[in-house]
Amino acid sequence: MSFKFVLLWTDVALWLLFATLVGYGWRVARHDNLRATWAKVLRDPAAMCSALILLLFLGVAALDSLHFRKALPPSPGQAADKVFFDNRVQSLLDLALARQIGMRESTYSEPLAYLALTKESVTRDGKVQREYPRLAHGGAHLADPARDWRGDLVQRALVGAVGGLLLAGVATLLAAWLLRRSHGGVTAALRDIAADRTHYPVRALLITFGLICLLAGPVVALMGHYHVFGTDRTGNDVLVQTLKSIRTAFVIGMLSTLATLPVAIVLGILAGYFKGWVDEVVQYLYTTLSSVPNVLLIAACVLMVQVALDKHPEWFETGAERSDLKIFLLCAILGITGWATLCRLIRAETMKLRELDFVQAATAFGVSDARIMARHILPNVMHLVLITTVLSFSDLILYEAVLTYIGVGVDPSMSSFGGMINLARSEMSRDPVVWWSFVAAFSFMVALVLAANLFADGVRDAFDPRSRALRPRLAARKPA
Amino acid sequence: MGGFILRRLGYGVLILIGVNLLTFFLFFTVNTPDDMARLNIGGKRVTQEQIDKWKRERGYDRPLYFNTEAPGVEKVTRTVLWERSVSLLVLDFGRSDSARSTDIGHEVSTRMGVSLQLALPLFLLQLLVSISFSLMLVFFRHSAIDFWGVVLCVVMLSISALFYIIVGQFFFSRVLRLVPISGFASGLDAVRFLALPVFLSLLSRLGGEARLYRAMFLEEIGKDYVRTARAKGLSEQVVLFRHVLRNALIPIITSAGSYLPYVFLGSLVFESFFGIPGLGAFIIEAIGGQDFAIVRTMVFLGSLLYIVSNILIDVAYTWVDPRVRLA
Repeated sequence: MSFKFVLLWTDVALWLLFATLVGYGWRVARHDNLRATWAKVLRDPAAMCSALILLLFLGVAALDSLHFRKALPPSPGQAADKVFFDNRVQSLLDLALARQIGMRESTYSEPLAYLALTKESVTRDGKVQREYPRLAHGGAHLADPARDWRGDLVQRALVGAVGGLLLAGVATLLAAWLLRRSHGGVTAALRDIAADRTHYPVRALLITFGLICLLAGPVVALMGHYHVFGTDRTGNDVLVQTLKSIRTAFVIGMLSTLATLPVAIVLGILAGYFKGWVDEVVQYLYTTLSSVPNVLLIAACVLMVQVALDKHPEWFETGAERSDLKIFLLCAILGITGWATLCRLIRAETMKLRELDFVQAATAFGVSDARIMARHILPNVMHLVLITTVLSFSDLILYEAVLTYIGVGVDPSMSSFGGMINLARSEMSRDPVVWWSFVAAFSFMVALVLAANLFADGVRDAFDPRSRALRPRLAARKPA
Repeated sequence: MGGFILRRLGYGVLILIGVNLLTFFLFFTVNTPDDMARLNIGGKRVTQEQIDKWKRERGYDRPLYFNTEAPGVEKVTRTVLWERSVSLLVLDFGRSDSARSTDIGHEVSTRMGVSLQLALPLFLLQLLVSISFSLMLVFFRHSAIDFWGVVLCVVMLSISALFYIIVGQFFFSRVLRLVPISGFASGLDAVRFLALPVFLSLLSRLGGEARLYRAMFLEEIGKDYVRTARAKGLSEQVVLFRHVLRNALIPIITSAGSYLPYVFLGSLVFESFFGIPGLGAFIIEAIGGQDFAIVRTMVFLGSLLYIVSNILIDVAYTWVDPRVRLA
């Protein structure tokens, strides 16, 4: 079977970003200073556990960022050498979840249900009756659901949980095996992990991993035959939507900050280094931008982009490419409207740096301005960039929900947490209450944002010694 | 001080002109008035006459930047840019683009009162609650209360405001039936309608603000004058309230002041969720209806309020901290 790769704009950007992250990791490994600072993050249990959760989310987002179009089976009378491609763009995640995507019901159904939520007229033995119809896919394998349903659920969930625990056990053994050198054998390493006497917070990481496995195991075991998170109004599986929303959140969170960086860094350094009229102009620019309430400016830009997109249907081939271009432009807009804060910070830092001896020395040696800015100032403001980037990640994910609610967020055809919440608003006022897509969006979003916040705090504490003093502590971590 | 305010106002006018140019560019160059006419008239077949009529009615029938046909100075003044900018600067907002073509100035003035009824109590309560909560954390610093308080803050700020609204509406209005789900009434009745949005808005912003204020207080508490005060034998309460609180007010004013424009413009999401006919709901309606005249006006109004509140913040500094002199 042949297929055609589709490179969406956001895919390119995301993969470039992942490559940058790897490149940064390589750089950190080579520089003692950076390595020492990051080692502090690695030793912070809260930051590391949230990094693990973020990595899992990132994995889902990455799987969902490889897009392609399948070749359609040749129709009769079609030239043999010509292949037509499906106009649906799919990702690897869609392929992995193909069964769940195919399990489409007619409308709402509760999590794990085998009956629909509302009564329908069913003809049985020639008589019309009002009853809850069986779902087409959820629990369809049960012969007598009233009797088998509960037992089947418990059995599958238990199998999943045991499988998850086994995986966690393997991870523990692997960790102990990796630590066997420094702790004197695998058993000693296991004992040290249990007592939290390791250099890095291995125990906390393993507990987090175990909990995730324990939660995910039953879900994986059940999702082949049930809708674990129920179905939405059009009968689509909510779990699938939630997983697909993760990529949207990552795109918004990562690309928007990325879009602020070039403008903020260049203008900030220029203003701080040259002072004078350059500084005045840059200050005027960011004061003007930040004087407009952010939501309004974004709304105005997005409305304009929408009109422009409607006017130029030739810019994209498929619906997915259209919504992708829209979210890409939304990120660009968020970037263009959001660079003021970082620019202000960098400007102030550059002003401080340019008076320091090493810059003065470079000037005295006749090093050119451009070179000083690139080689001496830029590396020294990068910690600000890093802190701001990780801090704004979670803010942007929250922001996406609000923007989508206002109607200037991502395209409705693209699943996103904001879109799910937006729909949940009317679902919560139905009777019976349709709570599952709200709860699904809520739990995933809180997990993601909370993890991002805790990780950002860890990074900030490592890079900014002042903030470390403000950190609340129950007890200091025992040295290894 | 008078000179300072005058200079700031002058800079403010410069910024307003910049904002105006920016929005004009966004709204008229990315999409021509013809596109907007087509959008607003709607329907599949829109004739050129209809478009011309729509443009004439709303004064968009002039050239955008430069009128080559007019004589002398009017080359610049008889353009859409000039007319729109001047009318905005004298606060004449004109009519909306939609078919109803409401008077924007009138809408703004009636809706602002409603917005203030929601936002002003909220603003004051917000300050009070956030400061008290963070002061409590500071009082119990290095203890379990502080630790779990900060954990609570981080969890709370990780939850989107929309969740607070949906859960709050569901719980208080549907399950407990304490307050109406949405709507608004004037006079004393308003309290019934405003209680829930104020409470939920308070809750949704508490986490972030309390954590920020806690950091500001802790910054102050490490300074020498606090040690001196303790060495004098003052009790911890007196040190916190008389010394630390007062000195931490400056950063707190800065952070709270940046929220001032929203006090006037209304909390966008809360107003529309609770059906409160304020400016926030007005903006969301305008965005939904793609009414660019209203959005443009609101952008302008928002930046005007931002500039004014920044000047107010600076004036407030002198009141809080006698060392600050505005010159």
